[in-house]
Amino acid sequence: MATATQLQEPRSLQDPSNFAPVIDLNELSVEFGGRPILKGLRGELRGRAIGLLGPNGAGKTTLIHTLLGFHPPSSGTAHIFGKDILTDAKQIRSLIGYMPERDSFIAKMSAVQLVRLMAELSGLPPEAALERAHEALFYVGLGEARYRGLETYSLGMKQLAKLAQAMVHGPKLIFLDEPTNGLDPPARARMIRLIREIRDSGQANIVLSSHLLRDVEECCEEILILKDGRIAVYCNLEEERKANRKFLVLETRGDQSKFAAAVANLGCEYALTGDHRVKIVLPDGIEVRDLYRIAADQQMQIRRLSYKRDSLEDIFLKAMENGHVSL
Amino acid sequence: MSVYEHSYKNYSGPLTPEWSRFLIIPRHAFRDVFKSKLFTAFFALCFIPLLVEAVLIYLHHNVNALAILRVNVRELIPIDASFFQTFVNLQSGFAFFVALLVGPPLVSRDLRNNALPLYLCRPFSRPEYVAGKMSVLLILLSAITWMPQLLLFLFQSYLGGFQWFVDNLWIASAIFIGSMVWILLLALLTQAISALVKWRVIASGALLGLFFIPSVFAEVVNVIFRTRWAHIISLSALMKNISAGLFGTFERTTTFVTDFDDVVVKGVVLTEPPLWASWAALFVVCAICLAILSAKVKAYEVVK
Repeated sequence: MATATQLQEPRSLQDPSNFAPVIDLNELSVEFGGRPILKGLRGELRGRAIGLLGPNGAGKTTLIHTLLGFHPPSSGTAHIFGKDILTDAKQIRSLIGYMPERDSFIAKMSAVQLVRLMAELSGLPPEAALERAHEALFYVGLGEARYRGLETYSLGMKQLAKLAQAMVHGPKLIFLDEPTNGLDPPARARMIRLIREIRDSGQANIVLSSHLLRDVEECCEEILILKDGRIAVYCNLEEERKANRKFLVLETRGDQSKFAAAVANLGCEYALTGDHRVKIVLPDGIEVRDLYRIAADQQMQIRRLSYKRDSLEDIFLKAMENGHVSL
Repeated sequence: MSVYEHSYKNYSGPLTPEWSRFLIIPRHAFRDVFKSKLFTAFFALCFIPLLVEAVLIYLHHNVNALAILRVNVRELIPIDASFFQTFVNLQSGFAFFVALLVGPPLVSRDLRNNALPLYLCRPFSRPEYVAGKMSVLLILLSAITWMPQLLLFLFQSYLGGFQWFVDNLWIASAIFIGSMVWILLLALLTQAISALVKWRVIASGALLGLFFIPSVFAEVVNVIFRTRWAHIISLSALMKNISAGLFGTFERTTTFVTDFDDVVVKGVVLTEPPLWASWAALFVVCAICLAILSAKVKAYEVVK
């Protein structure tokens, strides 16, 4: 779990642009049977938690698999922590944890046996592997069920076991492919909490591929949206939010027209949207207290005031409408 | 670190050498294999012929024991290449059944449960995975074939004297090479079938079929065409020839005399394929198995 000091680390450390790139895509292309799947991806991904989004068939899973060395690139390459996926695949895989999307298990094994085996295959000595297998299973909340056969696990438990095997060897980068697939709300909340804890520990970077925008929004600092095998958007969610901070939605009671005119005199853009709502973009130098003052002058009530930001859904939909963006 | 200390931590301790990691697979596999009491009992049974072999070698050199048993030395089986070849062939039969029980689920289970991405996303390559799975069989089958046979060879050398050891050292190499070829063939075949067929029972049936159906077909062709060349398609016949070649008992031509009331009617000369052809055929079979494994052992199959 993240400690208070970790959560309050200096701003300069939280700024992803200060980190060395986790993943450096260098004109990465992948073809299957002559059909291009990834088309010349280029860019540096630096965030502690990077969300990988895109419609079905956009190439999210192919990108993860290529970075893991499962598929050879048809041209270009990528670097993970500065190591080339073509020449240093083994070294890279020793730094990576992977939680596959589909059910992936070894039959007739208990959770602790599976996680221990995976730790040993990552190079841990048997004793350390066993110790860390227990720790990982306790960490994900399967401590009491760790000696049960994996065949007897529910879907939610299987997802947690997959997470445990992905993190047992303490990787520096964890790929999570649809980690909340098929989970009920409490199980999903638990999974999201675990991902955020790992992210906030500062010990591992996370790449989260999901088609659930809410999951990405809750866990990730940066998003990479793929469309037709190309990068459509790569942005920092926090910065996107900050950029839209002065976009306000007011719920009001009273005469909106006088209020709107007064606000316009201040130099604010506004829009009356019906249902007693006013949308206002505040220019520099205008504060929220000015709006309250004008409302009092116009004998109008402001019942609710909220900052409206572009949601991830807005960003995603814009990316799907617009062309491709190269980094 | 206590297991109750719930936190995410990197691992900074020592790592095992990369070359030895494929041996993790047999270590975990043996735990599962020997869980079955039936298999454990069968595996123990495989050592009984070796015990008989040891007793025969001991009796051959112990005059007192022979006197007590009132057995003439000349009546005993001679301890020579044929003696060891007989027992190597017997143990090879046991090895086949051990491979039949243990081999088929090794890869098929992983394919059925999509376990390969879990192996291959680690610093663990496809050849290491195949080597790990094959070493399950290599270790088990070695334990009942060439390892005890070589120990018995040394036992015989100890009782027979240094000169016997020097004169018959080639038998030891025949034991080792013959057994290893058989074990490698079984390991490759079971893994390849296991990679092709995801269900254990079907994989076991396919392995049995691969040995028996071509053998039957070969015998039919041999009888019809009065030849032995059809043995080239029978794995068991190929191995028999290679083993005979290694132990120096291989005869390419066999003359059969068909008689009727002591009157010679016809003499038939049957010619086995040469030894190099048998080796070449085995090489082709092994190459096909490796090609199948190379095609099938992948983290994900790409639909093109």
